Amino acid sequence: MTAVPTGRNEALYFALRNGKLLAGLVVLVPLLVLAAAAPLIAGGDPNAYVATPASPPSAERWFGTTMFGQDIFAQFVYGLRVTFVVGVLGGGLAAIIGMAIGFTAGYRGGLVDEVLNMLTNIVLVLPALAVLLIVNAYLGVRSVGVQALFIGLTSWPWAARAIRAQTFSLRSRDFVDLAKLSGVRTWKIITREIAPNMSSYLFMTFILLFGGSILIAASLDFIGLGPSEGVSLGLMLNNAARWSALHLGMWWWFIPPGAGITAIVGALYVMNVGLDEVFNPKLREL
Amino acid sequence: MRRYFGRKLLVYGLTFLVAVTINWMIPRFMPGDPVQSMLARANVSQPAAVEAMRAHYTSLFGLDLPLWEQYGNFWAALFRGDLGTSIWLFPTPVTDVIIRAVPYTLALLIPSILLSWWAGNRFGAFAARRRWLDNTVLPIGYVLTATPYMWLAILLAWGLGIVAGIFPVSGGYSFAMRPNWSWEFVGNLALHWFLPFVSLFLVAFGGWAIGMRNMIIYELEADYSTYLSSLGASRRLIRRYAFRNAVLPQITGLALQLGVLVAGALVTEIVFSYPGLGHLILQAIQNQDFFLLQGTFLFIVVGVLVANFIIDIVYVLVDPRTRTGIGGEAA
Repeated sequence: MTAVPTGRNEALYFALRNGKLLAGLVVLVPLLVLAAAAPLIAGGDPNAYVATPASPPSAERWFGTTMFGQDIFAQFVYGLRVTFVVGVLGGGLAAIIGMAIGFTAGYRGGLVDEVLNMLTNIVLVLPALAVLLIVNAYLGVRSVGVQALFIGLTSWPWAARAIRAQTFSLRSRDFVDLAKLSGVRTWKIITREIAPNMSSYLFMTFILLFGGSILIAASLDFIGLGPSEGVSLGLMLNNAARWSALHLGMWWWFIPPGAGITAIVGALYVMNVGLDEVFNPKLREL
Repeated sequence: MRRYFGRKLLVYGLTFLVAVTINWMIPRFMPGDPVQSMLARANVSQPAAVEAMRAHYTSLFGLDLPLWEQYGNFWAALFRGDLGTSIWLFPTPVTDVIIRAVPYTLALLIPSILLSWWAGNRFGAFAARRRWLDNTVLPIGYVLTATPYMWLAILLAWGLGIVAGIFPVSGGYSFAMRPNWSWEFVGNLALHWFLPFVSLFLVAFGGWAIGMRNMIIYELEADYSTYLSSLGASRRLIRRYAFRNAVLPQITGLALQLGVLVAGALVTEIVFSYPGLGHLILQAIQNQDFFLLQGTFLFIVVGVLVANFIIDIVYVLVDPRTRTGIGGEAA
């Protein structure tokens, strides 16, 4: 075996040799490229009526068409876009709230911790989808951004809890005490001393929140509370179910959107395990 | 132990308070006017009729009173079991509509949650550290947990229901039948119940199996396992201890997953037009029946809280540390 590099290169060295991480990326990156290049591949409006209704996949229309003659492949690539956006925004917001609450509660302790912990526990037991249903039902015009906002606001608690526990175990370490003694401000200790020591953990939390947001958004869209305009993978499933694609045997209408969601979320989960092995020396298989 | 339950009950009480407050606040503070949208939906053109309806709906929401009084009345109505009148099934009270649907949802949820948890844990524990199983089961588990509930439901309905024609794909029982206690009807119910149950079971199963597998590996690397094996204990005995320790986080996990599982049941019911709460939610949304939607929301929250409390009790029974006050993981 060749010498294993140290420091920052070490993570990269193991990352490039980790099957799970690479497998996740192999699934995820092409989908990401497809989503980014949607206007180039699929043209302007994914909901335009362009071809013979209800035709199965063909060389020209790769995924066939809907009952109304919309190109399903065009809807799919635009839907991927929305799915990624909801994941990044919703998961990102949840990660930020989770970190803010987790760091504060874990580092401060005492009464602040009690109050924040109580808040976390309350939001934790509230079923997120049920809250989102009520909120979205009363929203007249629904957009992807607002959907992501509310998903972020409801899905942070477990992250906050996990980060709090991690912070708790780090805050009594010597290097934190040293920083405190030399008069570094609390906020700086958290961002400079504590956060970098659990950066891999934070990154993995974000990945899980990312996947979770995608799944919640898909459920909301499927129930009929998705964005009022445009297209998403969940909305495609909603349309397919509403216009009984199932009974008409139009499998090409409902298989791609679900497969897309499963592929993205599954790849994220597998990557997460891979990352865990990269960052955690105990789990590495040499 | 009293402290443990006291804290839990406090959290659940506060959660209920928050849920009711959300329920009360959202129609009042969201952009858009619910009364206006109900009027628009009714499609009445006579100004006199519109005024009469506006007055009716306004008093129904109690919007003409000061805010704190509205809030008080909301709670008072809640304790009388009055959640308003359904618009979709006018003039049935929302409470009645929900109570008729709840048995169907519970019949799906309880068996699928318990069985998937049990089977997933057993299977995950069995697969851990067995290379061949690990390499096949793990990827399947990840795909299953990543699958949106409604998509698996749609695939099963299509494959086993429509293409193979074995199972019915919509309703709680045949439209040709009336509910009664004959074997024929019960058999019919079971036939309609099977596919939604299986699809809920499978998605949840993947998650539990993965969780347990990781937990067991962690436990098998713990000091006590090494110590046991150095004493010459059999592999089976060590695994049994590992399982008992690994099951505790899985119980906590069950409490954390309840919301997701309920959400899964809701969308699965929608796919199969299964007459439970999910179906009600769909109808409520399509008919702009806000009272029904809000009533269902409260019911779900209460159900999740009760289930959480049951899990807390089970945890105390299973983990002796919480009983003696040393404080286990959930304390």
